[in-house]
Amino acid sequence: MVDVLLITFLITLFYMAIANRLLTYIRVLAFQGVLLFAVVFIQLQEISTLNLVLILLETIIFKSLAVPIFLTYVLKRNKITREAEPFFPNFVSLIITTFIVVVTILLSNSIKDTHLDKIFFVVALSTLFFGLYIIASRRKIITHVMGYMVIENGVFVLSLAVGNEMPMLVNLGIMLDIFASVLILGIFLNKIGDVFKDVDVSQLTSLKDY
Amino acid sequence: MILVYLILGFLIGIGLFINRNKTINNGLLVLFLMLQAVFTVYSCYRINVTELEYFTFDSLGIILLLTLSVIAIPSVIHSGIYIVKHNESAQSRGVYFSALVVLIISIGAGYLANHIAVTWIFTELTTLCASVLIYHHRNKLALEGTWKYVFICAISITFVFIGILFLSLSLEHAGSGDLTFKNLYENSKNLNPFWLRLAFLFIFTGFTAKLGLVPMFTAGIDAKDLAPAPAGALLASVLMSLGFVGIFRMYIVIANTPLHHWANLVIGIAAFLSLFVATVYMIKVKNIKRMLAYSGIEHMGLVMLGVAAGGVGYYAAVLHVVLHAFVKSSIFFQYNQLHRVFQSKSIYHVGNYFKYNATGAMVLLIGFISATAMPPSGLFVSEFLIFKALFEAHHIFILILVLLLLTMIIWAFGKNIFKILFISVVDFDDSNVPVISPWESVSQFVLLAAAIYLGLNPPAEFVQLINDSISLLPR
Repeated sequence: MVDVLLITFLITLFYMAIANRLLTYIRVLAFQGVLLFAVVFIQLQEISTLNLVLILLETIIFKSLAVPIFLTYVLKRNKITREAEPFFPNFVSLIITTFIVVVTILLSNSIKDTHLDKIFFVVALSTLFFGLYIIASRRKIITHVMGYMVIENGVFVLSLAVGNEMPMLVNLGIMLDIFASVLILGIFLNKIGDVFKDVDVSQLTSLKDY
Repeated sequence: MILVYLILGFLIGIGLFINRNKTINNGLLVLFLMLQAVFTVYSCYRINVTELEYFTFDSLGIILLLTLSVIAIPSVIHSGIYIVKHNESAQSRGVYFSALVVLIISIGAGYLANHIAVTWIFTELTTLCASVLIYHHRNKLALEGTWKYVFICAISITFVFIGILFLSLSLEHAGSGDLTFKNLYENSKNLNPFWLRLAFLFIFTGFTAKLGLVPMFTAGIDAKDLAPAPAGALLASVLMSLGFVGIFRMYIVIANTPLHHWANLVIGIAAFLSLFVATVYMIKVKNIKRMLAYSGIEHMGLVMLGVAAGGVGYYAAVLHVVLHAFVKSSIFFQYNQLHRVFQSKSIYHVGNYFKYNATGAMVLLIGFISATAMPPSGLFVSEFLIFKALFEAHHIFILILVLLLLTMIIWAFGKNIFKILFISVVDFDDSNVPVISPWESVSQFVLLAAAIYLGLNPPAEFVQLINDSISLLPR
């Protein structure tokens, strides 16, 4: 069951690679939050109630509700055009995503380790690199933030892979997630929207060395 | 005691944030500096004692904590001058000082943390405070700089976290779940090399954002450029040391495994590339603050080269970190007075500084001599030892390249500094130049003198502390 959920998670990445509209990105992010919660619920058996509540807050409330609602609000308020404006055509994006996934599968096959569930490793690493790819290949600042959220989801999956032995690390991951997201989203995306009217990375080039 | 320090420190931070009264503001700052001093003295008498489970007063932590406490005093004083000269509102003053105080506390706690996750948490906190300081002016440029800093730091913090996850996987093979540096070191023979390799790569990459090495150095440059100079002094000195602590403690673990040579290679490549990048930008750069920031990149590259070379390089690296912190912060403190005279950051609009502020110009001159490691600068000693370490490790070719790059850096740095000091600017209207009191330069002279003294004639206790902090490394 966990495998099915994780593979669904991987498929959402492919969907995101070819999505055109920013709203689709937001919906995919929300869906990923739900998937993550399901994975946690099945995966971590020996979990205290307090911890479960924390993870529930993190995945459902934070990842699937708060962040998407806030991103939608930013989209509307700053009247950001709905296109994602990638630098590459979708077809190329799809190929690159496939390439990332294949490479991580090959990499994980070379690991001989009984402590690690390989599918977690593959999904986590692919998500991580895919997030970096999204950041590098999209034009708008808001898509950079979404790329960062995807990276955070990847890290969350990775922390689940080691979470049965060390629940402290899962909690730390949650802390990182909330801290960084609030910092990035809450303060700066808001401010950036006010100051730079059309939120595009090409406007962030006035800091120069000469 | 550390609990008292943290709680009181954060309370002072909150107090500064809420308070709008100038007298109370100054009182709280004095209280904080006293707290910092008492805590530092206390920690010197508690060497290798663990408090609160996650903090150990080890030698490396104490050396850097001493540096931090020394630099914190002029930083607060110059911040006060800065705020007064800019006629800042009570609110903006409160936010600034509260961020400054919390930044100092979290850097200090990060130095002393003996658990990699705790170091990581306090590194996160420094990002938050630093971003408040960078955004101090609330204009478009500051926003751009803050955004880049926050984004890159967030990604690098995530990288460190991934590294910690891999490290825990590696540690499972040793049958342990305790991520303290001590336990990691004791189990270093049993760590799984594959996961350790990945862990080191991620942790190293993550901490380079604070340390200022390739690949994540860009964030720090913007930060030091846009933060007010007294805060920039902290970012350019003690915050970089925090990155050093993170990498160095991890390096001690990996140096005791068969991966030692590989780790040296990784660090060496990053360090050499940093030197190269610093050279390229130093030649091009026209913004004085950014030039100073790139000089920091150069020095951290040298430090990591010393670590990679091994032998006497370890000693030189720690010494260089401390001395660099003193020298670089003093130049940053001086920068504000320069800016008050010329009202510009650009090399083109600044010149003949000796005419307007002779004392300040002396600071810049001595600072330049110190930063480029010419005798009698203390950095000369540490750089010389780093070169010696490279020579002894038979990296002659790298040594020659490094020396070439350093020559270019000295040329570029010198060209700009002498322009600032001696060559007058065309059509500069000097009728409104403010008179700057020589007293404002005293702290810089003290810091520069400390750097010279510690380099040329280090006290036995200081040498002992450095030797203790590198004692776990293989000879």
